[in-house]
Amino acid sequence: MRTTRVSKRRGGKRKLVMAWIGRLLLKPFVVLATLADVVLGPLQKLLGMQRMGYFFVLPNLLVFGIFILLPMLLNFYYGFTAGDSILPENRQFVGLANLESLFSCQPTFLDPRSESFMNPSVCQQDRFWRAAGNTLTFVIFQVGVMVLLALVTALALNREVRGRGFFRSIFFYPVLLSPVVVALIWKWILQPEGVFNGILVGMGLERLPFLVEANWARLWVIVVSVWAQMGFHTLILLAGLQSIPHELYEAASMDGAGAWRSFRQITLPLLMPTMVVVLVLSLIRAVQVFDQVFVLTTGGPGTATLYMVQYIFQTAFDRQQFGLAAATSLVLAAVLFVLTLGQLRLGRTSEIA
Amino acid sequence: MADEKRGVVAFLTRKHGGRRIDLADVLTYLYLLAGVVVMFGPVVWLVMSSFKAQSNLFDFPPSFLPQKQDTVVMEGYEQPLPLYDITFADGTTRRLAQVRRVGLQVTMVDPAQPEAEPLELNIRELAGRREVKRVFFDLSNYSGGVQSFPFFTYLRNSVVITVVATLVTLLINSMAAYGLSKFHYRGRDTIFLIMISTLMVPISVILIPAFLVITKVGWNNSLWGVIIPGAATPTGVFLLRQYMLTIPDELLESARIDGATEWRIYWQIILPLTSPALAVLTIFSVMWRWNDFLWPLIVLNRSELFTLQVGLNAFQGALNVQWHYILAMTVLTLLPITVVFALLQRYITTGIATTGMK
Amino acid sequence: MTKRTLLALLVVAALIAAALPALAQGDQVELRITWYNDGNEGEVLRDLLDRFEAENPGIRVVIDEVAYADLHTLLQAQVETGEAPDMARITFPNRFLGQYLDLSAYVADPQYWLDNIPEAVLGSMRQGAEDTGIYGYPTQFTVTGPFINVTLFEQAGVEIPADDSTWEEWVAAATAVAEELSDAEFTIYPVAIDRTGHRFWGPSLSRCATYINEDGTFTVDSPGFRSTAEMIIGWHNDGLMPPDVWGGSAGNYVPAAPYFINGQLVLYMSGSWQVGNFATNIGDAFDWKVIPNPRGDCGATGVPGGALMVAFAGTEHPEEVGKVMDYLFSEEVIAEFYARTLFLPGHLGLIEKGIEYPSNNEALNAFAAMIPNLMEEAYALQYHPKGPDLNAAIRDRLSQVIAGEFTLDEAIERIQADMDALFAQ
Repeated sequence: MRTTRVSKRRGGKRKLVMAWIGRLLLKPFVVLATLADVVLGPLQKLLGMQRMGYFFVLPNLLVFGIFILLPMLLNFYYGFTAGDSILPENRQFVGLANLESLFSCQPTFLDPRSESFMNPSVCQQDRFWRAAGNTLTFVIFQVGVMVLLALVTALALNREVRGRGFFRSIFFYPVLLSPVVVALIWKWILQPEGVFNGILVGMGLERLPFLVEANWARLWVIVVSVWAQMGFHTLILLAGLQSIPHELYEAASMDGAGAWRSFRQITLPLLMPTMVVVLVLSLIRAVQVFDQVFVLTTGGPGTATLYMVQYIFQTAFDRQQFGLAAATSLVLAAVLFVLTLGQLRLGRTSEIA
Repeated sequence: MADEKRGVVAFLTRKHGGRRIDLADVLTYLYLLAGVVVMFGPVVWLVMSSFKAQSNLFDFPPSFLPQKQDTVVMEGYEQPLPLYDITFADGTTRRLAQVRRVGLQVTMVDPAQPEAEPLELNIRELAGRREVKRVFFDLSNYSGGVQSFPFFTYLRNSVVITVVATLVTLLINSMAAYGLSKFHYRGRDTIFLIMISTLMVPISVILIPAFLVITKVGWNNSLWGVIIPGAATPTGVFLLRQYMLTIPDELLESARIDGATEWRIYWQIILPLTSPALAVLTIFSVMWRWNDFLWPLIVLNRSELFTLQVGLNAFQGALNVQWHYILAMTVLTLLPITVVFALLQRYITTGIATTGMK
Repeated sequence: MTKRTLLALLVVAALIAAALPALAQGDQVELRITWYNDGNEGEVLRDLLDRFEAENPGIRVVIDEVAYADLHTLLQAQVETGEAPDMARITFPNRFLGQYLDLSAYVADPQYWLDNIPEAVLGSMRQGAEDTGIYGYPTQFTVTGPFINVTLFEQAGVEIPADDSTWEEWVAAATAVAEELSDAEFTIYPVAIDRTGHRFWGPSLSRCATYINEDGTFTVDSPGFRSTAEMIIGWHNDGLMPPDVWGGSAGNYVPAAPYFINGQLVLYMSGSWQVGNFATNIGDAFDWKVIPNPRGDCGATGVPGGALMVAFAGTEHPEEVGKVMDYLFSEEVIAEFYARTLFLPGHLGLIEKGIEYPSNNEALNAFAAMIPNLMEEAYALQYHPKGPDLNAAIRDRLSQVIAGEFTLDEAIERIQADMDALFAQ
């Protein structure tokens, strides 16, 4: 009893100090805000209450318009030009030539009757189609595995375990690391002389070509990105789980429902909205996968782990085909747009249900 | 004694409501402990490797603790001599110090018998020759890395960018979120929709045109060129706006009746009430900025303006990857963010969990 | 205002001051060099420039180091937007034609420059035949060629093949060495070649490949090309070459040097620039030496190469740039630079005189001895404006064959199509 009281008092003191530091740090902003009010009061009289909204949106809108929207519009224009200059005025307008080049395949590779069905080798830009196929498989497996593992982890953390905060932090920690650092760590572990091969040889087994054989490389790229991002989604799912009222489970167990039944009939349906959020977020990130893989495998072996954004990046940077790269990004944007619409609809129906 | 032991076991296995642990609990703990190894092990391995001497980095099979070859100082020899365990053809093993090696011929002495005549051995005739190793934390990767790249300059740039960019982001995002959630004016929904629709486009795709714009503004080779463009993040606006929508309008109405200006309402009512979401955005922003690589690489071309991530990249030369420096400097760049996380982990994890899904 | 408010304002002021870039600049002229490093050349350059600055207190030269992989892209973005550095060390001069500063007017004796820089190098920075400008100088000359691990040969008791052996003979000997010495814990690979088309050119030319048509376009398919490609693909299929060099990547240069440095490689096809790297990183761990390029039916050639220091026309201080370039390329200074970096000289006067290297004289002279034997087609490829593109296409398409995505026929077709599209533009 005695010890808890002492620690409580100590904690109180620390809180006071923290609050004091916080106030001190905030003070300059409070002063600035007060000064701003001197100018903004008259402005509001001028604009009227509702139109003050313009003022609040303005700074963000300016930065957004100049540094995000304008480049996107420029990029859109790039998609219809050719040449190796980056200045729009030095590029020649070629209309749909870039898009045509992306979609020109001889013979059409989507004809199921043809021998070359689904074979990217027949396309003029075979890397584009390989990247598209790779991205599709990556997205399906990465999102599937990650959401499943995140759910399992969240369920485990939702039980009454000791050291829950500790476990939660450990699972979250990789989320903090930059994609480059994540890739460097794993590249170091998976290299031919790395720790995994050390363990294998120590057990008298053969070394494995972790990043050298196509399917191994594909597997590890998924494992690494699941490792790096899972913690974030675990936390969101955990919050979703904790918002499910306890009484529901108590009522179910009084009705004689087992663990599995209450999971299926209470947990899963009530977790659905959170699951949709997690799915949307992880899908967006999976489609955009780039720097991590770039450092880990640079798209190899061959083009086994070449994904869409890297294809765009390399087309622009290594081959100076800025027009083709921009056209590809337009295709990607269109696909993403359709995907988002679909997800929004899915989200809405699940909300209704 | 026995009583006490039973007490400890009971304490460890005690559950809410006095329930004893069952199979599901065991499985849970096993899963979580395995998770700790998987999630944290790679980072520990990185840290351990960063203390290995350059020459020992690629030793195979690799050791967990950093090791180096043990040496012995012997009278009559100026340099400390490296130690080997030599297995002779007849199966006997002796620990000997190597004086010199020419091709396959080695000259070795026995540290236990310094007076004895040195042995001339042919490596191919020996049954075994293993270096004697001892645990040794080599700091030279760190000292060399810090010397060969201006770590503290890069650190300062990274800190300035992270801090200033986060402050700017918080300010303009929260203002925009307020403007988009609590006012009615023409074009509001269009603005919001346009912002949200760019959420999906990865920045790496528009690097070249974005760089062009930065040049026209005159911000390349300026920290502002890194700080400002990323500040208008649609994610932040979206997050804050969704949170502000849950603040009841009646609160604002009563403040307006009391004569408060919109600006005053913004920073005296809205901001404090949004603080959980602001905290989450702060964490995101710090993470994004600290780890950002491609954009600063393009905007900053002067070495005195490089950030840590850009500096780290320069170790990948045309010829050789300098793993020993990369490992050590990676650990150093991890350190600040890890310390901050360790101090604030509870606020960070619970904060993200409660606001991330609103 | 309370004391605390004042303090807080001070904090804000300090923050803003810290965020503002330094505005203060004296009368000194500041010049910037964008530079990449393979070894110690950055340090040597800094040292030489320190001496220059001591003699010319009005000029300060700053070196900005970037990763080689990003070098040309970053420079292009800067050059086109008028933000180019004053000087840079580059390897693809064709990318910035017309953007270089003509040094003729700014160096003390243009004739010295014209006399001492090889014609092909001068030409690579010029726009056409009527252009007579001087735009830069070679920071090094390179020749591609193989290294062997002599200690491994000795330990395996395998005789080192004669100097005029073919690739097949060398690889057979190296395979014998590797088989003798490899075990489960320590894999030794017989042979490796860097992941770049540039390393591929030499062996293929020696084996009678031809690339350049009379009109300057490329024809890729030739018996020499096929036999060389099949040989390298075979190294992968037979497990003779470390698989991650060509296999573990899709779109960049990868050196196999770490394998050689670790003593895991018997025969390594690389080039003269590795000498400095090996000198510091191998030390006396084992003996290695340079061997002549293996013989084919048409010769035994390496491929020349090198890096250039160029000045950009956008500079605000052409006079000072001229002064720095003149200093760096003066015979005495450039000789010291080549010697301390263990680079082959790209200065005709010094090539004739020879360079006294502080170490590894033998290896470097072995490379220098290859220069007279380089085939003309090797020079033509190296200084062809689309050479870098051919190099990248060979590298990436052959990697796809190694990874099983293409047959060799398909890959050759694909390289040809890539090149045709390039010339059609």
